[in-house]
Order: sequence, then structure tokens, then C-alpha cells
Amino acid sequence: MDDPRVRMNPAARGAVAGLALLAAGVAASYALPDRLFALGQVVAWLVAAAGLTVLVGLSGQLSLGQAGFMATGAYAAALTQNALYAAGFTVAPPAGTSGRFAAAAGPTAAGWTLPVALLAGVAAAAAVGALLGLAAVRMRGAYLAGATLVFGLIVTPVTVLVDALGGEQGLRVHVPRAPDPVGSAVGEGRFRVWVALVGAALVLAILTAVVRGRWGRDLRAARDDEAAAALVGIPVARVRLGAFVASAATAGLGGGLYVYLTGTALPGYFGLTTSLFLLVAVVIGGAGRLVGAVGGTLFVVAVPIVTTEVMSAVDASPALQARLAGNAPLALLGLCLVLVTLATPGGWSARLGRGPRRVRIGWGRADQGRSGRLDLGRPRAGRRGDRGRGGTGARPPIPDVRE
Amino acid sequence: MARFIFLTIDGLATGAVYATFALSLVLIWRAARIVNFAQGAISVAAADVAWSVGSRVGGWWLGLLLAPLVGALLGVLMQRFTVRRLGPERHLDAIIVAIGVAMVVQAVLGMVFGLQYRPLPAPVSQTVLTVGGVPTLSPYKLLVLGAVALLVVGLALLFSRTAVGLRLRASALAPEVSRLLGVEVERMTTLAWGLATGVGAFAAMLVLPTGPGLHPTAMDGVFITAFTAAVLGGLDSPVGAVVGGFAVGLVLNYVTGYTDEPNLAPVALLGLLLAVLLVRPNGIFAGPTIRRA
Amino acid sequence: MAALLSVRGVGAGYRGVPVLRDVSFDVAPGSVVAVLGPNGAGKTTLLRTLSGLLPLTAGTVRFDGQDLATVPVARRVRLGLAHVPEGRGVVEELTVAENLRLGGLWRRDRADVARAITQVYELFEPLARRRGQPAHQLSGGERQMLALGRALVARPRLLMLDEPSLGLAPKVVAQLMAVLSALRSSTGLAILLVEQNVRSALSIADTAVVMALGEVVAVRPADQVRADDTLRRAWWGSW
Repeated sequence: MDDPRVRMNPAARGAVAGLALLAAGVAASYALPDRLFALGQVVAWLVAAAGLTVLVGLSGQLSLGQAGFMATGAYAAALTQNALYAAGFTVAPPAGTSGRFAAAAGPTAAGWTLPVALLAGVAAAAAVGALLGLAAVRMRGAYLAGATLVFGLIVTPVTVLVDALGGEQGLRVHVPRAPDPVGSAVGEGRFRVWVALVGAALVLAILTAVVRGRWGRDLRAARDDEAAAALVGIPVARVRLGAFVASAATAGLGGGLYVYLTGTALPGYFGLTTSLFLLVAVVIGGAGRLVGAVGGTLFVVAVPIVTTEVMSAVDASPALQARLAGNAPLALLGLCLVLVTLATPGGWSARLGRGPRRVRIGWGRADQGRSGRLDLGRPRAGRRGDRGRGGTGARPPIPDVRE
Repeated sequence: MARFIFLTIDGLATGAVYATFALSLVLIWRAARIVNFAQGAISVAAADVAWSVGSRVGGWWLGLLLAPLVGALLGVLMQRFTVRRLGPERHLDAIIVAIGVAMVVQAVLGMVFGLQYRPLPAPVSQTVLTVGGVPTLSPYKLLVLGAVALLVVGLALLFSRTAVGLRLRASALAPEVSRLLGVEVERMTTLAWGLATGVGAFAAMLVLPTGPGLHPTAMDGVFITAFTAAVLGGLDSPVGAVVGGFAVGLVLNYVTGYTDEPNLAPVALLGLLLAVLLVRPNGIFAGPTIRRA
Repeated sequence: MAALLSVRGVGAGYRGVPVLRDVSFDVAPGSVVAVLGPNGAGKTTLLRTLSGLLPLTAGTVRFDGQDLATVPVARRVRLGLAHVPEGRGVVEELTVAENLRLGGLWRRDRADVARAITQVYELFEPLARRRGQPAHQLSGGERQMLALGRALVARPRLLMLDEPSLGLAPKVVAQLMAVLSALRSSTGLAILLVEQNVRSALSIADTAVVMALGEVVAVRPADQVRADDTLRRAWWGSW
């Protein structure tokens, strides 16, 4: 669109991205048959990470509560699923399966209840995202980060306060099982990962197409220079809200998929650590890059697995090993967060900007010549920059009056 | 009525801790335009180290003296090796770096001390005293109030009367002009960080005996509460931080006290935070003054 | 007599955009040099470069023989180089007294700082009256006094002023120039004065450095510039 080297139209690009993810995921599910759970986690998380990377990288809004939206979607999906099950929309159980999903007696939910439940999750998360977003769009920087942090932290208390949500023990969810011929051929676990992959591929396809189109351009313009964007007619607040809601919606889907994969809804799945790990995934992959979100999520899920393996090889008492292994991922990922952020001078534009005509993604001030040239042919208006309500970054030598 | 009095007095005592921690956040905000999301983790680390010493010799009192020193050191290290490298404009990156630091600090604490809560015993009784049939404060909370009062007075004197205080304020208000006047602004910024994290550690030593104890995440709740308090008072205003701290302490106490539901606290906090950010985003004490370069 | 400030071939700019090019001139001790030129000539950039706020891209700046290239901004005032920036740089949230104190904080001789502050109050009576008030309550002329007084507390040898007459009434400007001239006579203070108000600047200056588009176009004795019509019209039309 801006880059003459891009030949494919956005929709085609999206389709390619989605299909690529599907193919890679299916291949991985055969290549790593013992890691199906981890794979599932990657898929569920990457949906949330994709939305988050758009929010953080392209819209410049830092959210520390993505897991809170995952929880919203998860519990909405769980309750819907259970409600549909209780209402009798069931089918006879498929023939016995193995492993984690060993057959339980009784009917299982009908297959079509799953998309309905997932959609309910997405809708709930989007609704909550809209509510929070209405407040969020007026906030910048630290204020937004703090507010989303607090939002993410109410998940566990709310599940305790509202009886229907099952408290810290969580909810058992009657998710549909793989239908007969497919289920026994492929395995319940693998089937669920594939279903999740379809959802993720869809999200990735849509996001890929959309960020290369007008919406993506508006997002970046609003991020780089609000005043100029407004002058050009971009409805800045609405664009920011849209990004916030979209990010919440994807997280909602991710949460719903997680419930489907595990058959339970637990507040512990959606705590602060999850929000932080998602942020690490986004930062490591490069904020704003969807491909990076996929890679980053892989990395973030892989690290705990790798550290556990490494630690078990170390000769130490089991208690010490547990302590080291349990905390090592957090330490490593935190370190990555610090180092990656420090290593990119002026934000990500230095890493991502390739070629003179490409719209550069990154944050930092537009008039510093580092990031985001507005390709809208407009002179740059007075820059406000990323700032909390209380102040601003460096100013021009002319004193200017605050609002 | 007795319940109200008790909740009020107790809320003020808890609020005193939030006020202190909120002050530490405001200090850094004024100096560097950053909210230090690692403040909670650093303060726990300082308390952990201080108590490792204090549990062996000197008790809580030594811990109270040691914690601010350790906290200041950690803050200075963090500022010099991470935040300073970012430069003054990358505000969101500074938040992300702070989060990374917090993750590392909490993980290291988990590795060294484990993930069980380790009680931090108070130096005096925590049983609530009854005055004329009305439950008021425990001796410990009285001590906390006294300590906070001393700290606030000390800081006020530091900033208004001393040369260092003047340099700190000038560096925060007008860094470029201050440089022209011979003030070493970089050094002052580092000092402000150290002072702030020291104050945060002080708050940690005061509040941890009233809870389940030492744990890598033990100060996370105080952090978000103090953040809300600081936003309520206005991130630029130290007075606002103190008032906000007491206000939030009271509100949370009333909410959890009357409903008997401690889990409502974070929800109430979110509501309060959103309300402030929607209605008066600059805080209650936002001044009319303009900040210059 | 060796120059107090020696500027040779100085170049500077903002983020790769060059603003100053090959600027050279001297300031003799105890003299007043006016830097004149239209908007955008680079006068403010020049002062910011001399005080170190902006790095040099070319040339040298020597103060009292010492190359300033390695001297950080906060150290330059200790050498005797004071800069009153554009807009005056009065710290509004601090009181008048605190602003003045700030000017002398780096000095070890506290007694002399106290003396200097007293002298400033004597020189600028409105400041004495308002010493406990926050600086944002001051008028434009009073702020200029405060900024000037604050610089004087450091007992500088060279005072650099960026458009001190900006926004001030003519009478106040005249008083300001008189004060500057008196300071030069009584203390031997050298002054580098950037001004849009050509007439006022030339009334006290010994030398005029005329700039346009980032370059020095002429360095002449002030009375020559005052008297020469063609020079004036070439660069400013008329005044």
C-alpha cells in the first residue's frame, strides 16, 4: 500500500498468513506429539498476543491487563458452554479416547455449541473492553498501564466474589469432544489443537489484512501525532477505542480457546504473570509485528519448558530445583524484556524500518525524525507525544501552555 | 458508630502507608516523568534483605533502618543501568523496562527465599487497644503513624530548607535551566530515584508486619493502591499523594469493613481509579503552574 | 588583551539539520558584544551552543583560553560563563528567593553568595519586595530582573543574554540596558547580548556581530553599525 514492494492486496496477505499458521501448527502437532498441551497454549496465547501487539505497537497503548480480557472471554465462554450443555444440547459420547481426555460417562456437548460459546466469549470481552476502553482512550502512558494493571488484578477476586464463577478452584466446563471418525484417527488432544488453530488462523488473517489497510494506517497516524491525525480527519478517539476493543476481543477468543483446550476455567490461568508473559512475547517479537507476536509467544511458552529440562539436569536437591525452575522463566523473560527494550535505540522503528518508503512502525516522537513519517502529505503540527496527563516529554524551546 | 470510628482510625493508619508509598511514586514522577512499576518489587527486596539481617541481630528496628538504604541502592542501580540509558523521551519503554526489572527482582527473591510467606513480626503488639469501649488502634499501627509523620516532616524539610532539596526540585521542574545554573541534573535525578525507592522500602517495612509477611509479590497490592492514591492526588503533587493515600486507605477500609468482603478491595480500587481518570485526570491537587524546560 | 571568549569556525545543528556554519568572533573582557540579526539567523542556537546545551559539530569555543569541548553544561558556570536563556528560564514554582539561591548553590563561599543576593535585592527593588512570592506571580520585567539577578549571584565574568527585551515595555528595556551598562562599568562584566531590538542593543554595545541564515556576515564596532545606513538597510531594512 505504501510500500511499492508489497504486491499482494491485504486480504490475500491475510489469507496467506492464516494458512501458513494452520499448516505450521498441524505439522507441529505431529512433530511434537508429547507437547500438545504446550502447543495448545501457544495457540491460545498467540491470539491474545496478536491483539496486544496491535494495541501496543500500532496504537501505542500499553496494556498490562490482557489476561483480564482473556479471563472475561474464558468465563463467558465457559458459562455459555455449560448453560448450553445443561439445556440439553448434547450428543452421545464418542468412543473411548486416551490420555488427558479420557472418556467420562454421559453425553457431551454438541459440536456447534463450541463456536457459540467462543463467540459469547469474544462478545463479552469486547463489551468489557469497550467499557474500559471508553475510559482508556483518554489516558496515556503510565495512567493506562496502571489502570489495565488494576483491571487484570481483579480477575481472581471477582471469581471469588461471584459464586457462579467457581472461585479459585475454577469451573469444570463441558466442552464438546471430537466427533467420532476424526477423534479416534487424530486423537482428542490433537483435534482440539487443530480447532484452536483454526480460530487463531482466522484472527491472524483478519488482523494481517486489516493492519495493512486503512485502519492500520489510521492507527499509526494517531499514535505518532494525534494533532496532525485529527487535522487530517482521523477520528483519533474512535480509532484508539477500536484498537482497544479489538485487542480485548482477541484476548477473549484466546481465553475461550484455553477453556476449550483444558476443559476448565481457572483464575490462575489468567493472572498477572500471563499478562506479563504476553507483553514479553509482544516486545520480543517487535511491537506491531504480527509475525513477531507468533514468534514471541512460541518463545515465551518454550522458556519454562526448556528451563525445567535444564534444571532437572542440574544436580541439586528437589526443593532447590523446584525453586530455581519455578522462578527461572520469570527471571529470564524479565531480563529479555529489559535487554530488548534497551537494545533498540529510539524504539522499534530502528529495527523495523526497512527501505525509505515503508511506513515505519515504532514509538518515539514523530518529529524527532526517528519513527512514523506521516505519509499523508501534511505538515507536522505541534507534537504532544506519549505522555501521562501530568506532563510531556522534551519540549521545544518556546514555552507552551498546557491544557 | 463504634465500627465507623474503628474503620476510620484504622483506615488512616493503613492510609499512612499508602501515603508514604504514593510519595515515593510521585518523587520519581516529578524527577523523571516515569511511574516506577518496579517500586513494589524493589521495596520487598529491600525488606527481605533488611530482615535477613534484622532477624538475626537488631530486630525489626534495625530492619527499618537498613531497608531504606538497601532500597535506595537498588533504585540507584536500576536508574543508572536501565532507565538512564533510555533517555528522557521513551516513556512507555521506561514502563516496560521497569516491569522487566520487577519480574527479575521478584524471580530472584523467589529463588533465594522461596515462595512461602515468611512472617515479619512487629516490634510491638498488634492487638487493638480499646479506649472507653471503642476499639481504636494497635500499638503497632500507632508506631506506623508516628513513623510516617516523622518521614513526611523530614522530607518536607529536606525539600524546602536544604540546598540538596532545592537542587532536586529545580532539576525536576526545569532541568535545562538548572544545568545552566550549575546543578548536576543527572546526579540529582539519580538521587531522586534513590530517595524514592528508599522511601518505598521504608513503607514496606512498616506495612509487611500487618500482613501475611514477606513474599516476592507482597507489595504488589500496596503498589496499585498507592498508584491510585497518587493519581487521585495528582502525580505532580506530593501533598496530593499524602492526601490521596489517606483517602484511599479510608475508602478501602470502609468498603471492605462494611461488606466484610476483602476481595472487594481491588474492585473498589479499579472503580476509584477509573472515576478519577475520567472526571479529573490531573488529580485533585493539580496545580495551575506550567513546567518549563 | 586576550579574548575572554573565543569562537572559531563553530558549526552546530539539531538532529542532523545544520543551523550554524563557520561562526567566528571574540568577546574581550569587560566588553559588550551584541549579536544581531533577523529571526532564524541562529542567534539563540549560538548561545545554546556556547553554553553547551547543544553540541558542536565543528570549530572550537575557548573561554579564558580553555577549550570548552569537554566541559559539561553544569560546569561552565563555575568557569564564569552564565547564560540567561530565551524566555528567561525563571523557575515559576520556586519563590524569588529560591530562584536566587539556586544561582549560587554551586559556590562554596556561602558568605559571598549571601552578599551577592543582597546586592541583587538592592539593584532590583521589586525583587526584594516579592522575595517570598512564587516566581509565576512576577511580571515580565520582574522576571527579567530575577533571571538577571540569578545569573549575577554566580559572579560571572561573561554574561550571555538571549533577547532580554522580549515582551518588555520600552521604558523597562531602557532601564535594563542601563543596568547592564552599569554592571559592565562597575564590575568589568563582559556581556554577550542577543537582541532583536537593534537600537537598544547598539546603545550599550562595543561590538556588533551580525548574523543571517546561520552565518556571521559582519563583525564591526557598534558605532560604525549605528552610523552606517547601508549596513542597516542591507540586513534589516530599517529600524
